[in-house]
Amino acid sequence: MSKKQNGSHRHADVLVTDPDLPPVAVDPQQAEAEDRRWTPAKIALWVGIALLGGIAWTMLAIVRGETVNAIWFVFAAVCTYLIAYRFYSKFIERNLLKPDDRRATPAEYKADGKDYAATDRRVLYGHHFAAIAGAGPLVGPVLAAQMGYLPGTLWIIIGVIFAGAVQDYLVMFFSMRRGGRSLGQMAREELGVIGGTAALIATLTIMIIIVAILALVVVNALGESPWGVFSVSMTIPIALFMGVYLRYLRPGKVTEVSLIGFALLLLAIVGGGWISETAWGVEIFTLDRITIAWGIIIYGFIAAVLPVWLLLAPRDYLSTFMKIGTIIMLAVAIVITRPEISVPAITPFATSGTGPVVAGTLFPFLFVTIACGALSGFHALISSGTTPKMIEKERQTRFIGYGGMLMESFVAIMALVAALSIDRGIYFAMNSSAAATGGTIEGAVTFVNGLGLTGVNLTQEALSTMASNVGEESIVSRTGGAPTLAVGIAQIMQGVFGGAGMMAFWYHFAIMFEALFILTAVDAGTRVARFMLQDSIGNFVPRFRDTSWRAGAWICTAIMVAGWGAILIMGVTDPLGGINTLFPLFGIANQLLAAIALAVCMAICAKRGLFRFLWIPALPLAFAAVVTITASFLKIFSPVPAIGYWAQHTAFRNALAAGEESFGTAKTVAAMEAVVRNTFIQGTLSIIFVVLSIIVILTAILATIRAYRHGGGEETEDAPVASRIFAPAGLIASPAEKELETQWAALEPGRRPARTGH
Amino acid sequence: MTVPQVLSRARDTARELAWLFKGVMGENAYQAYLDHHERTHAGELPMTEREFWRDKTDRQDANPEGRCC
Repeated sequence: MSKKQNGSHRHADVLVTDPDLPPVAVDPQQAEAEDRRWTPAKIALWVGIALLGGIAWTMLAIVRGETVNAIWFVFAAVCTYLIAYRFYSKFIERNLLKPDDRRATPAEYKADGKDYAATDRRVLYGHHFAAIAGAGPLVGPVLAAQMGYLPGTLWIIIGVIFAGAVQDYLVMFFSMRRGGRSLGQMAREELGVIGGTAALIATLTIMIIIVAILALVVVNALGESPWGVFSVSMTIPIALFMGVYLRYLRPGKVTEVSLIGFALLLLAIVGGGWISETAWGVEIFTLDRITIAWGIIIYGFIAAVLPVWLLLAPRDYLSTFMKIGTIIMLAVAIVITRPEISVPAITPFATSGTGPVVAGTLFPFLFVTIACGALSGFHALISSGTTPKMIEKERQTRFIGYGGMLMESFVAIMALVAALSIDRGIYFAMNSSAAATGGTIEGAVTFVNGLGLTGVNLTQEALSTMASNVGEESIVSRTGGAPTLAVGIAQIMQGVFGGAGMMAFWYHFAIMFEALFILTAVDAGTRVARFMLQDSIGNFVPRFRDTSWRAGAWICTAIMVAGWGAILIMGVTDPLGGINTLFPLFGIANQLLAAIALAVCMAICAKRGLFRFLWIPALPLAFAAVVTITASFLKIFSPVPAIGYWAQHTAFRNALAAGEESFGTAKTVAAMEAVVRNTFIQGTLSIIFVVLSIIVILTAILATIRAYRHGGGEETEDAPVASRIFAPAGLIASPAEKELETQWAALEPGRRPARTGH
Repeated sequence: MTVPQVLSRARDTARELAWLFKGVMGENAYQAYLDHHERTHAGELPMTEREFWRDKTDRQDANPEGRCC
């Protein structure tokens, strides 16, 4: 049999399923017929969805009133997602991936009851969503709100449909067909040694920068905030308690301990309020950003070498619990309160590139500021590895992979709505760096009113009232996105529960919610990076391969923590403001990882001989590559100091050489030297990322061309095994699936290969 | 529908939701292991609940899972 035939059908004739069992897959023709049968009710439903979506988009994009209601964002997003899921993801399934439910998934043929365990699709959807959604989709849209509401909304929704969800779906499917192999392993297999090695190094450096910038977001949210510092640091003893409880008192009672932990968490938030009103509390817990940064670095090291059961696992439960609960709560609150949004559709910053939050014009910087929520390369690491080992049936990858990412995109839309709903003057006062506002209320008012934005007239009272409402000393220059989102969430939530008196509680609840995700991402990221480093060093010093070797683990953890810690300290002490110079690097890194993942997917599709539909991964790959390479080049070569790292570097070096003692926002020689050093590191990182990514993309293009010349390529999938279980593919079982479920349910228990989860 | 029918429907839905939530939190991992063990190693003694959860976190120590940003 020729290896060049396409898709999974090459195995169609060798797969024989057990004749004594009911069918393990819906007959493809029957499924096709079901899909193509358009009953009047079905037509009415989809016409309704399309109309509602169309009206919502019209309200957002064309009607220009004084304000726009937030509900239209929800309708536009949800209707577009439904249409994309029903039509585009199905198009991909039918033409590109061709899943075959007669094939057993790794969860079935490698079942060990632990890592490889077939899991109910709805449960796995929740698992996967909890693993991919974090602080990223909450922060990026907030920063991009300076360009107006329309660019961010369009990119989040269109980006997820054609790029983000496609990447997650493809990576998950290909990893599942390869026994749950990781992205790095697939890259080496498909792209060869050079491409594979470049992908590995790129992944490692990208993880360092991502962890560093996430940590910077937390530091900025907690700086000079005794309430926040107290309640977030209380999560550590709470998690330790939960860990001990699960280990020694009641093993396996996960929901129970999460409820207890959640109650303690609420107590910690309320307690933070009391503490912040006492003189001693303020004295102990008011910490400057540098101290907090060091605290997180030390915490990161300890958390990454402690056993998982003590800190990471229990905090992960807590963060999953908070994530699902808060997101549902926020969605309900937005629908109930329906805030009016007075931000213009597009602001002048989109074209001038002089926005104080993040510098740069809409193209390419919007597309790197909002990474998670539209296209996130980091997901490729989750979609290959953990989730594919738990998928029950091949066709479920569409619901879990594509559908899971749509949900994350919806979270990003909600974050955008929350950020847009706060007063624009306050938004800019919070998000302009201390270098611009001087960190004072007077400075912030002068700076924001001096931006020349129509309809913005910030007063000192507005800022001090908001600060006292949310229980903070000041909200000026609380950059990083998290505090802004927290104010937005607090404003929306107080409309439903508690009124203005509860705003301080909701503000700190939101800060806690984001800090929890980020701290989990910090130590999980450090651990994963440590293992990758150990594996790489193991090529030269074999002893490092042994992950149970304490000294090796400690050395590699220390190297990783030193890597992100150095960038964190650099961001915290940056005289130019920190987040506004570093955040583009975060987005660029994340999108470059996406380009790497899509490049690997493209090479795999080419080797399967699917050239007609190669555009499905090639289109988002081309877009991600153009955006990130342009953004990187601007960061490297732009002569505008606010945008180009090296231009800034040279400007400050020349100023120092000329003997000047202050330059721009750097008021001392030491600060000027810091800028020279920081821009050097940032510029170097930009060069490393872009070079590695170009290597990976080029090797993928070469592999694709080679496959085209040969009409296909070598097979890297695991050998097919016949499945012996059945489960529906989507959220709701179709009539044909229901019929099969009945047949399986009628089977006497002894003969039924049991499914897990139920 | 009569009142008892509505009540029993509501009870079923609540039970389904609780099952789903516990599943997402990862609580039913031990049950999944027991089911698997019974199918494949019938006759051998499975790990106790305490042993299973210890083994699970120890495996996580050796194979860390990423958490996304």
